[in-house]
Amino acid sequence: MYDIKALYEAESVEHAIKLLQEHPEAQIIAGGSDVLVQIREGRRAGVELVSIYMLDELRGVSIDEEENIRIGSLTSFAHITKDPIIQKYINVLGEAVDMVGGPQIRAIGTIGGNTCNGVTSADSASTLMAWDAVMEVTGPEGVRRVPIQDFYIKAKVVDLKPGELQTAILIPKSSYENCYGHYIKYAMRNALDITTTGCSVNVVLSEDKKKFERVRAGYGVAAPIPMRATTAEEFLKGKNVTEKNIKEFSEMVLEDVNPRNSWRASRALRRHISVVMAERALRESIRLAGGEING
Amino acid sequence: MDNQYKVVHCTINGKAVEKVVDVRASLTDMLRNDYRLTSVKKGCEVGECGACTVIIDGEGFNSCIYLAVWAEGKEIWTVEGLISPEGELSDIQEAFVEEGAIQCGFCSPGFIMTSWEILKSGKEYTDDELRKLLSGHLCRCTGYENIFRAVKKTMLRRLGKKKEAEKVNSQGITEYPNPMPFI
Ligand code: FES
Ligand code: FES
Repeated sequence: MYDIKALYEAESVEHAIKLLQEHPEAQIIAGGSDVLVQIREGRRAGVELVSIYMLDELRGVSIDEEENIRIGSLTSFAHITKDPIIQKYINVLGEAVDMVGGPQIRAIGTIGGNTCNGVTSADSASTLMAWDAVMEVTGPEGVRRVPIQDFYIKAKVVDLKPGELQTAILIPKSSYENCYGHYIKYAMRNALDITTTGCSVNVVLSEDKKKFERVRAGYGVAAPIPMRATTAEEFLKGKNVTEKNIKEFSEMVLEDVNPRNSWRASRALRRHISVVMAERALRESIRLAGGEING
Repeated sequence: MDNQYKVVHCTINGKAVEKVVDVRASLTDMLRNDYRLTSVKKGCEVGECGACTVIIDGEGFNSCIYLAVWAEGKEIWTVEGLISPEGELSDIQEAFVEEGAIQCGFCSPGFIMTSWEILKSGKEYTDDELRKLLSGHLCRCTGYENIFRAVKKTMLRRLGKKKEAEKVNSQGITEYPNPMPFI
């Protein structure tokens, strides 16, 4: 038995909001692969929970009227990886979440939970960061949209006010159009491990494939929250696709990444792999975009 | 708290059932205590070892980190459901026995349910793919190779590749045509 004080099962999004208002102390449980484990460890023992797991309306991937890719917050990692829309427009996200835990964790883990827990090591977060995802948050006052950069406030704290829950993650068309990306997870094991540092890069190349129109690089575990290497991104904008520029870009990520020493790895190791991963992920993104490195 | 208990209706191993369940129970608790399905093991109870794996609506889940009340309306399968009406083992279980993929047996029910999910797809997976699909389980006894071999052999047999299946050697890879004779 879990040490749960009370469990309130939401029957709709409105009902979930009402339950959260009625029970201000209660925490949201989605798939539970974090929350239940923390209860078991005693860290959250005796909690009141509002469960949203049964809300099938929050599952699935679609293209909405504004042509955003809309990922319901309760969509499991396994379903994201298998989804044809994801595979067509943002395959890197499917690949990234396919590196979370093991198969059974990917069956229960949700992308909403992965972002709302505010953890920097979340395998979905660096890619969502790198693709300028927008969080759809629903609460007593209605629906609001928050860019992912603003959604993460500090370690383990996200922009969810009392009574609010995240209901979808949107990828705008301007973000995914002609865009190709690659994610690298550095960890000690190939499965059931937490990211030491992760890097997700994507590119839009010019029509002749010779110039970078836009480059974005997102990182997990390079700072207390997922972040972007904006200095390096700015540097490559409009530049030619050359060896020298790729090298300079990857060195330049050190201007922004700011990892810490932890028992998993040292700051020095994390800085080193940040550079190596930036280069490799960029090269693979260029390849996927059909580009060639000239000179 | 007033609604500490809830009636949960679901289908377990092909049979529609319902029971009043404590909302604090995990699905492992419900399957073991209320339905006596003790093939569902309690290993770590935090979603790391896979000993508690069951199939829910066609996908493998760690039942220890799944609330029992979420089973409402779901179709659940455990190892008990794989046995034929005459009590015979399934081909997967036979292969586990044959390959010595079971030592203490604690991880076996979980591995077998995941194998069942993998093999029902009818696909032929590469060795790397199979290893990844099996990676959500820990085994402290066998060193995994015997388990991998049992799954690979069953996959090949189901695909009608009997000869290839028999050639899967102790490394889990297909043997060369002329192996070194024993001296
Ligand atoms: S007992 Fe459920 S994963 Fe270990
Ligand atoms: S056979 Fe003992 S844990 Fe796998």
